[in-house]
Amino acid sequence: MTPRQRRMAGVSVVVVGVAIAAVMVLQALQTNITYFFSPQQVVAGEVDVGQPFRLGGLVENGSFSRESGSLEARFIVTDNTQSKVTVAYSGVLPDLFKEGQGMVANGKLNEAGIFVADEVLAKHDENYMSPEVAKMLEEQGHPGGQTDTLAAEEGSAEAPGGS
Amino acid sequence: MPSVAYGRQLDAIFVLSMWNWFFKLGSPPHFYRIATRLEPWLMGGALVLLVIGAYGGLAMAPPDYLQGDGFRIIYVHVPSAFLSMFAYSVMAVASAIGLIWRMKLAFCVAAASAPAGAAFTFLALCTGAIWGEPIWGTWWAWDPRLTAELVLLFLFLGYMLLRQAMPETRQADRASGILAVVGVVNLPIIHYSVEWWNSIHQGPSLMKLETPSIDGDMLWPLLVMIVAYQLLFIGILFTSIRTQILLRERNTRWISDLLS
Repeated sequence: MTPRQRRMAGVSVVVVGVAIAAVMVLQALQTNITYFFSPQQVVAGEVDVGQPFRLGGLVENGSFSRESGSLEARFIVTDNTQSKVTVAYSGVLPDLFKEGQGMVANGKLNEAGIFVADEVLAKHDENYMSPEVAKMLEEQGHPGGQTDTLAAEEGSAEAPGGS
Repeated sequence: MPSVAYGRQLDAIFVLSMWNWFFKLGSPPHFYRIATRLEPWLMGGALVLLVIGAYGGLAMAPPDYLQGDGFRIIYVHVPSAFLSMFAYSVMAVASAIGLIWRMKLAFCVAAASAPAGAAFTFLALCTGAIWGEPIWGTWWAWDPRLTAELVLLFLFLGYMLLRQAMPETRQADRASGILAVVGVVNLPIIHYSVEWWNSIHQGPSLMKLETPSIDGDMLWPLLVMIVAYQLLFIGILFTSIRTQILLRERNTRWISDLLS
């Protein structure tokens, strides 16, 4: 090998070696990297009672309730597997928080299996469109595309998280 | 058959002249001259496209059905995030070429790419935070996508600090070059983080094989802005490559000829 070929091999070995190391580290830290658990994972008992974690999914249509004059909110978070987790939260919700939309909440499960959240964030999908187009899609029976894609995304993301 | 032989000869001459052109581009004085000539065109083009893109994005594009006018920060956020990764690719590829072929100009390109890349990364993180506060409800989350982009900023800063710490240019080139090549593993992590793991950050709207999931009226200003940022980056890159060349070749004849 000429010195140049040796250097070329050296650079390639570094890139491949680092890539393999990164894959192994990321595999080992899989659950730590995952930003949130889906309702399916929670229902399957992957998190213990009292253990703080983030729950992510869609706010079920018609599940949101709040007593008048109070900040106590209650809603159901679901995913494409129809697993459901009830969330209790006391505080101000982000503007984008809506039924049928995505959200990520930080908190823990209590003994009754209710997720008590101390922070709720809104999650939106990668679709951007004008209100007119969104309305048109809704009339055609695709509610903004949001529900479909987010549910599908949750479905594809649960495979590595569940391993 | 004389005509075929003649054709082959022409081919050979063409290939040789291409090689010649390529090698000449690798020579600092030649690159210096080309960069000086191209810079005003790059910067001018960037300025024109920035104005068109900003007008298209802020005035002509409709508001988003969900986020209203808040989504318009996309016209700064996405181009800067794209450029942060592009700048890192330039730095890593140039470093690898420099390490393998011992090419001086390649190290100039790598060293010049770092500050601009760090600036675009910083801009992507800042605009992301400003976007996240009203829409998600938080400035920052230790989410895979956000964290990987922060690591990119640290890679750029580490690269620059490592260069500063080495007194000798050759040593600095090699050490920082290895760091740049090692850090390239972060690029696929940034891009695929939203697909590999659950993340608060949504998936890609643009950089994917399917059709972009963004309305045409909103899309074209975004594409114009990305091209504008790209030209701006190459313009800045050329200026700082010239600075690198001046610094490294300060004792040579052609520099004193140039400056006299």
